[in-house]
Amino acid sequence: MDWLFAPWPWYVGGGVVGLVMVCLMWMGNTFGFSSNFRTICSALGAGQTCSFFDYDWKSQRWNLLFLVGTVAGGFLAAQIFPNQHMPDISSTTVERLNLLGITSVGESYYPTELFESWSFKDVSLLIFGGLLVGFGTRYAGGCTSGHAISGLSDLQLPSLIAVIGFFFGGLFMVHVLFPLIFSL
Amino acid sequence: MRTLIYLGLGLIFGVAMYKGEAASWFRIFEMFNFDSFHMYGFIASALLVGLPATQWLKRRGRDIDGKPIYIAPKRRSIARYLFGGILFGLGWALVGACPAPIFVLIGAGVKAMLVVAISAVLGTYLYGLLRNKLLH
Repeated sequence: MDWLFAPWPWYVGGGVVGLVMVCLMWMGNTFGFSSNFRTICSALGAGQTCSFFDYDWKSQRWNLLFLVGTVAGGFLAAQIFPNQHMPDISSTTVERLNLLGITSVGESYYPTELFESWSFKDVSLLIFGGLLVGFGTRYAGGCTSGHAISGLSDLQLPSLIAVIGFFFGGLFMVHVLFPLIFSL
Repeated sequence: MRTLIYLGLGLIFGVAMYKGEAASWFRIFEMFNFDSFHMYGFIASALLVGLPATQWLKRRGRDIDGKPIYIAPKRRSIARYLFGGILFGLGWALVGACPAPIFVLIGAGVKAMLVVAISAVLGTYLYGLLRNKLLH
């Protein structure tokens, strides 16, 4: 049972994600996680103020159930079967992180500097990041699951364009904005 | 029954995302620095399973109800995918999580991710309000 308490190699993690996508397809659905944000808006009554959310959100019940399962999966993996060691990040990356003042790498699953400080600056960054994720995924019509995994599996050109966009944005954030953000 | 299947698939997915470290901010940062094969391998192995299965299911496959599997083609455009993609990419790198890992980490007990999730719902609402003014 040691494998339950250890990080999984990328080919196991990725392979399982691929299988989950295939199972959803077999259930008659399309794998796409960010649609849930729209569904949540609609369920909260956003349809009254904006026609984009005025649709039968209950038809997306399956995806909300999948979301609840995902939360439970995170709980199971982190609290019930915690990993015995933290992500084994490459030494070059560790050096880059130290230069940015992030030293929790190797001791934590995520940078505690950003996620546990609750300072005005860090909370603002999290809010800003969340807004970009919510806005950008809907504008692009999907996220990593909808475009990079299921869209590319379906050989959709729009998904390839979206994935190129994801990388443009990500590279700009990490290489241009991070040195500004984290040196302040 | 179906309720249980969806919950179960979500559960397996959540565990795989956490254990496979695709929900780790550090792995995303490492990926955007091209310092490790980990995340590229993760996505590639998902595609190695997903691509042939999708192509086969589209041609021959039947879903659980015996209906032929149909995947709606995405609308042709460049602007929305590129601009939307860039905005999402900026957020993905900043919070180190795409939409699913936000919820994986909420389950894992990372309270700050609740802030991110609420902001993301607001971000989607903002898109809904502005979408007629955006280039698609």
